[in-house]
Amino acid sequence: MLTEIKKIISHAKSERLEERDILIYTLHKIQETIEGNYIPEEAVKLVSEELNIPLSKVYEVLTFYSMFSIKKRGKYLIRVCTSLPCHVANGREIIKTLKEELKIDFNQTTDDGLFTLEETSCLGLCGVSPVIMINNEYYGDLTPKKVREIINKLKRGENI
Amino acid sequence: MPLETNTILICAGGACISAGEESVKDVLERKIKEYNLQDNIKIVETGCMGACSLGPIMVIHPEGVYYQKLTPEAAEKIVEEHLLKGRIVEEYLYQGDKGKIVPQPQKEIPFFSRQVKIATRNVGIIDPLNIDEYIARDGYFALHKALKEMKPEEVIQVVKDSGLRGRGGAGFPTGLKWEFARKSPGDEKYMICNADEGDPGAFMDRSILEGDPHTIIEAMTIAGYAIGATKGFVYLRAEYPIAIERLTVALNQAREYGFLGENILGTDFSFDIEIRIGAGAFVCGEETALMHSIEGKRGQPRVKPPFPAQKGLWGKPSNINNVETLACVPPIIYHGANWFRQWGTEKSPGTKVFALAGKVKNTGLVEVPMGITLRELIYEIGGGSPTGKKIKAVQTGGPSGGVIPEEYFDTPVDYESLQKLGAIVGSGGLIVLDEDDCMVDVAKFFLEFTVDESCGKCTPCREGTKKMYEILDKITKGEGTEEDIEILENLGNVIKDSSLCGLGQTAPNPVLSTLRYYKDEYLAHVREKKCPASKCKALISYVIDPEKCVGCTACARVCPSSCISGEVRKVHEIDQSACVKCGSCIEVCRFGAISKVTPAIE
Repeated sequence: MLTEIKKIISHAKSERLEERDILIYTLHKIQETIEGNYIPEEAVKLVSEELNIPLSKVYEVLTFYSMFSIKKRGKYLIRVCTSLPCHVANGREIIKTLKEELKIDFNQTTDDGLFTLEETSCLGLCGVSPVIMINNEYYGDLTPKKVREIINKLKRGENI
Repeated sequence: MPLETNTILICAGGACISAGEESVKDVLERKIKEYNLQDNIKIVETGCMGACSLGPIMVIHPEGVYYQKLTPEAAEKIVEEHLLKGRIVEEYLYQGDKGKIVPQPQKEIPFFSRQVKIATRNVGIIDPLNIDEYIARDGYFALHKALKEMKPEEVIQVVKDSGLRGRGGAGFPTGLKWEFARKSPGDEKYMICNADEGDPGAFMDRSILEGDPHTIIEAMTIAGYAIGATKGFVYLRAEYPIAIERLTVALNQAREYGFLGENILGTDFSFDIEIRIGAGAFVCGEETALMHSIEGKRGQPRVKPPFPAQKGLWGKPSNINNVETLACVPPIIYHGANWFRQWGTEKSPGTKVFALAGKVKNTGLVEVPMGITLRELIYEIGGGSPTGKKIKAVQTGGPSGGVIPEEYFDTPVDYESLQKLGAIVGSGGLIVLDEDDCMVDVAKFFLEFTVDESCGKCTPCREGTKKMYEILDKITKGEGTEEDIEILENLGNVIKDSSLCGLGQTAPNPVLSTLRYYKDEYLAHVREKKCPASKCKALISYVIDPEKCVGCTACARVCPSSCISGEVRKVHEIDQSACVKCGSCIEVCRFGAISKVTPAIE
């Protein structure tokens, strides 16, 4: 894993116009590449050394932005929109259904490592609210029934 | 070359994709091949057409026939009937009031006919991944005109004369901003596009980036030329993966065609653009916080002045414009300032893209001239309430904005008029609320958002908004007092006056504006422990009307806490002490026998 991270960092250094601003970009890349969609401790240390940024600074950034995680996430990262348009379109029921089906709360991962549930800000799909995002895919016009179907399909390993 | 008899535009905006656009397209392609029509029919995946609640959508040219709510079966039928035999398939056409089928083509449908498209002129019309389609719609003509025929000062003058104001929220004159950056001393300057649209309920920037990415590249290059920058950054939300992907493709195409890079169009002007991806922090939409984030730091704002035009990214003069603002720039340069001024009002010229969401029939994006009234927007374009319930208010401007009650719906929508009502145009989110929405709950909702998104740097915002949230929470639980309402008002004004950045300075607005127009709802919560909209759980109870209950047991079976009892075919009853107020019973009752009452039954 460490050689892989090293590669990501040196790649990030080489392909940007500016070299001063690659920290957030590099963290995104690491998170995308590492299984579990997170930034492990070893990676943080390596980023700090390679980019010559104090460890405290790296953690400062890492903990500020909600999309970064230092905890391992599930195979499917479910982000639920908790903004007002989704809220008035019965989004509360969607959140309830997700928590019941997965038996976890926000920022938790199911025991089988399949699902992580997180909140997200507005996904900009208010025309089809309530909306969730699973990995990089959007699902709109949700009802509790639809949510249960999606979860069950993913549990069975089917495509949705 | 074979003659193309039909072109199918199929909406590949985020909403339509989530509604199954891909499977519709797959069927179309398969069927078209089956009938050997592939040489005569072209399928183009476009950006968002706007009418998100009706997706997936497609338009078949040359007639301009508009089909909505498509399914794979619909696609099959349309190929067999429309494309093969020339018969329009009525069941997928737009339906007006009471199921009336609206005559085609698309431009005659009320949702579209009242719109004037400038910022979104190409969205939903061209293939965003094809630079030639952008050029065919006069794309990069403005860049050519600016670089070859105009001095940077002249470009700035045209933008100033057009009266274009920042569409991200504050409404600051764009030309003036450019002039500050131009005049600011420095060899290296930056041109930044703020694509960190975070206001809940606003999604015009995503739609423009996904549907017409080249317009942003063209506008940024023109702006770069005008202010004297050599590098540009688009700060884009990570929540918008499709936008990132399409903009990346567009950037490469623009470089290939010589619209970006060294010596653009053979002139001595060089400029390039890169994307910087956000990581989920609302405050990064604030310009100084955004620049910190590009620099790889925590996205915390700082005191202004110095303004970005003086000391911006890495301390260099920088200019930041929002996506929708930039999208207006190429047509302004190409057609001139007066062309733009033919729409809108004296102080707010041009058009604005609004995102209709909430309790309205036609949700989605609409671009209309400034000065249109809220009533026209909500009823004529938005189609009014989808359920027939009374529309009570509209919330504008997201967490920085406020609510406007129904009696003010004849107000023209422009920066000044809305501000007078205690709301703002903001980035253009319009969330329609009806009688089922509780104003205290709405205010609490926005405060919860702000508490979450406050970066924590200044005390009034960090501590003050939290305190306000706690009071609102108390009120929705029926534990508030009249004194709490006074505290809310005072605290709100203090936070407004003393916060460091725009996020904190506007955070109390949802509370202050709901207090201004709906104080009676607050009072009902604290005095009578009633929630007039029957939304606040602690203040309502579910009851069964013995006259209407037929004893079908549907409610008892669905109740998660087993608090409904009664024999088959006999009147049922809810045990209030065990009821969790989830509302499952009301959903399944087919006889309308269950209702909510407020205040709650002890």
